Amino acid sequence: MSARVATTCPYCGVGCGVLAGVDALGTVSVAGDPSHGSNHGRLCVKGAALAETVDLQGRLLHPKLRGPDGAFFRTGWDDALDRVADGFRRVIEQHGPDAVAFYVSGQLLTEDYYVVNKLAKGYLGTANIDTNSRLCMSSAVAGHKRAFGEDLVPGCYEDIDRAELIVLVGSNTAWCHPVVFQRIAAAKEAGARVVVIDPRFTATCESADLHLPVKPGTDVWLFNGLLSFLFQHGVMDASFVDAHTLGLAQALAAAENDAPEPAVVAKACGVQLSDLLAFYRLFARCEKTVTLFSQGVNQSSSGTDKVNSLINCHLLTGRIGKPGAGPFSITGQPNAMGGREVGGLANMLAAHMELHDPVHRDIVQSFWASPRMASQPGLKAVALFDAVLEGEVKALWIMGTNPVVSLPDADRVKRALNACEFVVCSDIIERTDTNVHAHVLLPALGWGEKDGTVTSSERRISRQRPFLPAPGEARADWRIVCDVAKRLGFVEGFEFETPQQIFVEHARLTSFRNHEACDDGLPAAPRVLNLGSMSALTPQGYANLAPVQWPVNEHGEGTQRVLSDGRFAHPDGRARFVATKARAPVHAPDAEFPLVLNTGRVRDHWHTMTRTGKSPRLAGHISEPYIDMHPHDALRSGVREGELARVQSRWGAMVARVRHGGDVLAGHVFVPIHWNDQFASDARVGGVVNPVVDPVSGEPEFKHTPVRIEPFPVRWYGFAFGRRFLPASELSYWTLIQGERFFRYELAHRERPGDCGAWARAWLGVNDPDADWLEYEDRTTGVYRAVHVLDDRIDACVFLSSRPDLPSRQWLSSLFARERLEDIDRAGLLIGEPPGAGVDTGPVVCSCFGVGRNTICEAIRKEGLDTTAKITATLRAGGNCGSCVPELQRLIAESRAATEA
Amino acid sequence: MNRPRPRLVVIGNGMAGMRTVEELLQLAPDLYDITVFGAEPYGNYNRILLSLLLSGEKQADEIMLNEPAWYAERGIELHRGDPVVSVDRARRVVRSRDGIERAYDRLLIATGSRPAMLKVPGNELPGIVSFRNIDDVEHMVASAGRHRRAAVIGGGLLGIEAANGLSRRGMQVTLIHRSHVLLNQQLDGDAAKLLARNLEGRGLALRLGAETAAFEGKDRIERVRLADGSCVEADLVVIAIGVQPDIALMQESGIYCERGIVVDDTLQTYDPSIYAVGECVQHRQLTFGLVAPVWEQANVCAAHLARFGHRRYRTGQTATRLKVTGIDLYSAGDFMGGAGTEDLVMRDPRRGIYKRLVLDGPRLVGAVLYGDARDGSWYVDLINHRTDVARWRDRLLFGQAYCQATGGQP
Repeated sequence: MSARVATTCPYCGVGCGVLAGVDALGTVSVAGDPSHGSNHGRLCVKGAALAETVDLQGRLLHPKLRGPDGAFFRTGWDDALDRVADGFRRVIEQHGPDAVAFYVSGQLLTEDYYVVNKLAKGYLGTANIDTNSRLCMSSAVAGHKRAFGEDLVPGCYEDIDRAELIVLVGSNTAWCHPVVFQRIAAAKEAGARVVVIDPRFTATCESADLHLPVKPGTDVWLFNGLLSFLFQHGVMDASFVDAHTLGLAQALAAAENDAPEPAVVAKACGVQLSDLLAFYRLFARCEKTVTLFSQGVNQSSSGTDKVNSLINCHLLTGRIGKPGAGPFSITGQPNAMGGREVGGLANMLAAHMELHDPVHRDIVQSFWASPRMASQPGLKAVALFDAVLEGEVKALWIMGTNPVVSLPDADRVKRALNACEFVVCSDIIERTDTNVHAHVLLPALGWGEKDGTVTSSERRISRQRPFLPAPGEARADWRIVCDVAKRLGFVEGFEFETPQQIFVEHARLTSFRNHEACDDGLPAAPRVLNLGSMSALTPQGYANLAPVQWPVNEHGEGTQRVLSDGRFAHPDGRARFVATKARAPVHAPDAEFPLVLNTGRVRDHWHTMTRTGKSPRLAGHISEPYIDMHPHDALRSGVREGELARVQSRWGAMVARVRHGGDVLAGHVFVPIHWNDQFASDARVGGVVNPVVDPVSGEPEFKHTPVRIEPFPVRWYGFAFGRRFLPASELSYWTLIQGERFFRYELAHRERPGDCGAWARAWLGVNDPDADWLEYEDRTTGVYRAVHVLDDRIDACVFLSSRPDLPSRQWLSSLFARERLEDIDRAGLLIGEPPGAGVDTGPVVCSCFGVGRNTICEAIRKEGLDTTAKITATLRAGGNCGSCVPELQRLIAESRAATEA
Repeated sequence: MNRPRPRLVVIGNGMAGMRTVEELLQLAPDLYDITVFGAEPYGNYNRILLSLLLSGEKQADEIMLNEPAWYAERGIELHRGDPVVSVDRARRVVRSRDGIERAYDRLLIATGSRPAMLKVPGNELPGIVSFRNIDDVEHMVASAGRHRRAAVIGGGLLGIEAANGLSRRGMQVTLIHRSHVLLNQQLDGDAAKLLARNLEGRGLALRLGAETAAFEGKDRIERVRLADGSCVEADLVVIAIGVQPDIALMQESGIYCERGIVVDDTLQTYDPSIYAVGECVQHRQLTFGLVAPVWEQANVCAAHLARFGHRRYRTGQTATRLKVTGIDLYSAGDFMGGAGTEDLVMRDPRRGIYKRLVLDGPRLVGAVLYGDARDGSWYVDLINHRTDVARWRDRLLFGQAYCQATGGQP
């Protein structure tokens, strides 16, 4: 084993340190970095499975151009870069700089982000550069800026350890930020109280002291009510408010107007008055309160107001920037924060400076010595693609993101890309829903190959270091951008040779004229974001850079908390209460679309699955897109659990399997965001989501779209396994699940094949009439099963039935690991069960150790396990990342209920 | 008063007759004075195992059921190699070929069946044999020692077993069958194809869909002429095209016969003192060629002879097993199915497995198992007990273990 490289996980914004290495055989291994302050060696299941995601299957390895027939063909870098430069130059010459745009990603490294932002705003002269971070935390950015004068996260993870009360708002932390959740769980063990505010009963709620299942979009009522309650009960830090804030009167007036008394709030939010008061009293009582918020707050047409309404409560009580107290935005992407720091949003400049501020523009332009400077905010994500569709933007460069899946009204995005004159995509994966629309495909470096920095939710800058060689002809994003910039004539300003040079320039900009204006006549502006001595980092210093929380002083020391001194970044140094008026989500359900669609993540997948979709371990937990809904709504919609249904909104439709997870209230449905055309026939929930955005932040309202659920009638259901990809696209419904040595498909189709045997042979590509082909058929019930064995190994199989009651996939999938099938296994192939009962371990609950539900339930029953710790001691389940612990708790509870019943 | 015991005379020392006697002795050991006449010069033997005798997998002493001593120990008078040639029903006396006369109070007919003969030219040539008894087997074994080529006519159970046995004895065997489907009384086309492939793999030549036109040869058989004009060279011909109930004696005695000796549900003939069991009888239009119903007849008949007249014979579904080592084949019930029935089918040609179950509504009515017949008897039970198998439908074909593993849960 070669030395392990200290790097950072590429998933969520927790920013866990990872030690990664490759042995002589090329086997990648990862482990948590015990010395990293974000995770102290812990990893969640996604991070722990990273080694399974770095193979080259599906990678884009060479620059490609789309030919007239729509197929991509390989070309050289020079040709590809020339084409990108020519395309952009032509459009700018004919239509001006605002006819080009960049749509980038929270997965770019800070250095990548820095150069592309520099190119757009300082050299091309357009602010049409936005990022997918717009979709997850721009409301938090806007809220921070309104309240604090700068995009500042005051606290740090250690505050969780110290808190007496942890309020989780719109955050399924257990699934989306498991390592932070482990800190929460530990704090709870140590006596902290946990309140979860979420319309859904998520895994996070399992271990909460109190769950407030508020109606979606009513958070402002809740926090306005809290503000009134605190004020009425004298729970405030008057000296702090007097000395360091402005605007309490207006904020209180707005709050009291919406929420004159708790009973009104309880009604507006749809929660029990007693529960509401319990929360208010807890908040009033606990000086050390951390309010963690995430997409449930941000992804709303009133997202920025939600952020400010909860910050208002922290300002009133002076709980900000103090150990164990503060509002805390938890970001969803590895480098959403880094992108914000270098101005990767259409309304920002760089180094936390503002596009609309002439002083800031002057500072940046003079620092860059750039030929021009965008002078007005550019188009934010949703508006950007509208402009593409309307032909205002004619050349678009998409980097490291998949907007055809992730944007709202995503079918419109598809149409926009189809209509766009010139689309460039930089990506690590060749086939994505977005890349098929590109004219030029540029191969970028992926995690493990690229080199630079990211910033976590607690302002911690960490290095992502390479431990794998660049595959094929892939190049770093920053290098690609610099090469295009040079071809556009901007040699000076883009002569970077290493990411260290870029980082140092970025660090210099953060401290450039970062002070109160003085009498030298040069424009200056104080900013909290200051990387201080990092502007002097040598290549060696950069290589060895230890994780550090900004701002960084001249001695290179970081800062655990900001705003602790009550000095805020508004010119007068005071924080602002923002008067927030509660308002309902823009589109209300009606007779035609009576249910409210909520969207979010599942535990073991991330974004559009280009990475997690490769990991067998991660595919096991939830393998199919689903529609979680209340049984009453299912009955009224004419759909049944386990069957397929269509989710239809005014904007689009998708198809998934109905499930009653017990998580959603009547009137609501939940659909995960991950599945797309590469993994399912028609499961892009982005196509259904309304394109409404928050007026301040431009963040879309992903959590509230009126929909109806309709049956999706099919004549047969099925599943298939193959060692190769199978041609699923002709079927009415399919989902692809990556296995250890197989691809698994869940299938359904409107028509029954006349001759199932002939269909199955053709579909699995088994043309040899003497092939080792086992089959079972019960024509009357529409059951057909076939298995193809090749060289005594299982090669492929397909199981069909006119009902959705197919055999378990567990045992069949295990056969793909066998080099030889014994006769006893063959006997069970067509029933999908090994001879002898009790071997089916059930669906995987603990992905880390691959422990199935049946195994766990049996152990609970037989061994009388009554705590999750005992389950871990017995089966190891829950002992690694811990993200299945809530499910283990539920299994214990269910088992107890079953025994008592 | 020392009344003499009633006399029971049994005509036929085969499996059906002796099984009836055994059952009777169990029920009423001292009821009758029993006399048995048998045409063959042996004790009672298991005719089913003749195939294994032919193939050399068993020796003659291994197929014996009851040696002559067994009869003596039970006070049964046995006349071996001496068939009954007449029955005087008025006097209630039988007479054997050797002239022995015995009076009876009850007469049990168990004459079995005789091989059907092919009515084509040359069928009397030496070297043409049937496959019915130990003598036939000895003849074939002797031929196998002297000759190389054999033809077996008839692709039923007996024909296939004969062909396999001769082949194992080293002969080049051609199996000639009228139908295109081997075992067409027991198998569907798919299973028959697997069987054909297996037999060919053993070195047998198959002529399916072939009609025998004539036997040719000078002093003994030399070749079989087929209807299409082609020839099959053969030094030995075994005819196994089926059997007919052996009813000649009863017809002469004036007992009512159709294809077989007609009996009622108690196995009684039209003459109340005469019973009949086995392959010679006709019960409710059916005749019999398999052992399972014969055991049931023996059981019922014995109960009536023992004067416990409480049982009725009902024809159940019977199962067939081919006695060719290495070929696991089982069929039972209405395996062809028809309008209204439903099929469960499984094929695993590489392992040589084919299974088909026929369902009528929630009940199993037929089964064909080729290559893996472990669950055959369970299926026959399900058929005969008319068990509702709907809850097991998806598992039924995979056998008893899979169905019972679920405790009957669907």
